[in-house]
Amino acid sequence: MHISEGVLSTSVLFTGAILSIAGLALGLRRIRNADIPKVAVLSSAFFVASLIHIPIGPSSAHLVLNGLVGVLLGWAAFPSIFVGLILQALVFQFGGLTTLGVNTFAMAMPGVVVYFAFKKFIKKGRNTAFIGGVLAGASAIILSAVLISIALLETEKSFIGIAGTFLAVHLPIALIEGIITGFVVVYLKKVKPEALG
Amino acid sequence: MHLEEFAEGSSFLHKADPRVKIIIFSLFSILCATATDLKIPLYYLIYSVFLLFIADLKIKPFLSRIFVANFFILFIWIFIPLSYHSNPYTTVGMFKISHEGLRYALLITVKCNAIIIATITLLSTSSVFSLAHAMLHLKVPQKLVTIFFLFYRYITVIHEEYLKIRQAVMVRGFTPRTDIHTYKTYAYMIGGMLIKSYERAEEIYRAMLCRGFHGFFPLFEHFHTRKNDIIFGIISLSSFILFWTIK
Repeated sequence: MHISEGVLSTSVLFTGAILSIAGLALGLRRIRNADIPKVAVLSSAFFVASLIHIPIGPSSAHLVLNGLVGVLLGWAAFPSIFVGLILQALVFQFGGLTTLGVNTFAMAMPGVVVYFAFKKFIKKGRNTAFIGGVLAGASAIILSAVLISIALLETEKSFIGIAGTFLAVHLPIALIEGIITGFVVVYLKKVKPEALG
Repeated sequence: MHLEEFAEGSSFLHKADPRVKIIIFSLFSILCATATDLKIPLYYLIYSVFLLFIADLKIKPFLSRIFVANFFILFIWIFIPLSYHSNPYTTVGMFKISHEGLRYALLITVKCNAIIIATITLLSTSSVFSLAHAMLHLKVPQKLVTIFFLFYRYITVIHEEYLKIRQAVMVRGFTPRTDIHTYKTYAYMIGGMLIKSYERAEEIYRAMLCRGFHGFFPLFEHFHTRKNDIIFGIISLSSFILFWTIK
C-alpha cells in the first residue's frame, strides 16, 4: 500500500511528513535499549512476511500485516514500518523519499489505533483473542486504505475514481488480513504468550 | 535473497561519497516532487537519465523496476484524463478526454520516473549498510539507525527460517488455495517465524551486551569526501538552481 513519488501535492506530503516524525519520535522514545533487537528483528520478520503472496480466488495479494505489527509493537509500529518502507524504497523503488511520511503514517497509525482498541480483547481467552485479532487485522487495512484515499483526494478531487477503486480492492484484502491476524494471535497465545505483552 | 542488485559496480556513482549522494538525492526528490509546472520535472528527468549513463547499470533489472513502478501510473492514465472535468477536451467515442487531465497525468509520470531513476542511480549504487552509516553522519537518530541496521542484517536470516518452515509445510503436501485451511496454515507459518525472530532477538541482545552494547554501534570505517564528490555536488546543486530559474 504505497503511493508513488510525484503523485501527491506538497501540502499533503508535508502533513504526512510532520505526522510521521511525531509518530516516530513517540515510538523511539518507547523503545528501551533492550528492546532495540526485538523491534528490529520483528521488523525483519514482518518484511519477510510481506513478501508472501496469499491466494485470493484467481488472483493473489501480498500481506501487509500492519494490524499485527501494531498489536505486537504498539507505538514502536512507527519505526518498524518506517524502516520497512525505507528499505522498499531503496531496493525495490516502491514508494520513495518524499512519500515516506504519508506512507508511514497511513500504515503505522492504524496499527497503533488497533493496538489500543483491541489489546483488551487479545489479552482475554482464545476465542475473544481470535475475534480481537480478526478485527485488528481487518480494521488496520481499512483504516490505511481510508488514509491513503484521503491523501489522494486532498491532492486532487479528480482522484475520486482511483481512491474508490483503491478502497474497493482493499476490502477482500482486509478480510484475509483479519483472518490471518486472528490465527497468528491465537498461535502466539498458545506458544509464546509473552510475545503479546 | 539478493536485495542490492545495483550496488555492485565501479562507476563514478558507485564510488561517490554516500553522504553527498543522499543530500543531492533529497534535494532532487523534494524539488522535483513539489514542482507544478511540467517543464521543471522534465529537466530533472534529463538530469537523472544523465546519471543513468554515468552509473553503468545492468539493463534488465533496471527496466523491470521501471516497469513495475509505472504500473501505478497506468491507473492514473486510465482515471485522470477521463474524470478530470475541465475544458478543453477531445471526445473519443463516448469518452471526454480533458486536456488538463492529460497534462496532469503526464506531469505525474515524468516526476515519478525522474525520482525513481535518481533513487536507483544515486542511492541503490551504494550498499544499504553504507547508506545507514551515512544517515548517522546526517544526524538521523542513532536508535533509528541501529534498528534499521539490525533489521536489514536479519532479513536474510529470518527469510532462511521462513524457507525452512515452508519446506516443512510443503513436504507434508500443502497446496495453497482460497480457503480457511490455507489462511490458517500461512498464519501458523508467520507465527512460527515471529517466535523464531523473538527468540533470535533475545540471543542477539545478550550477545550485544557481552560486547559492551549500550545503545549504539561504534564506527570503524570512515567516509572521505574526495575532490570529485565536491565537484559532483556543486554541479548538481547548480543544475537544480538552474532548473528553478529557467522556467
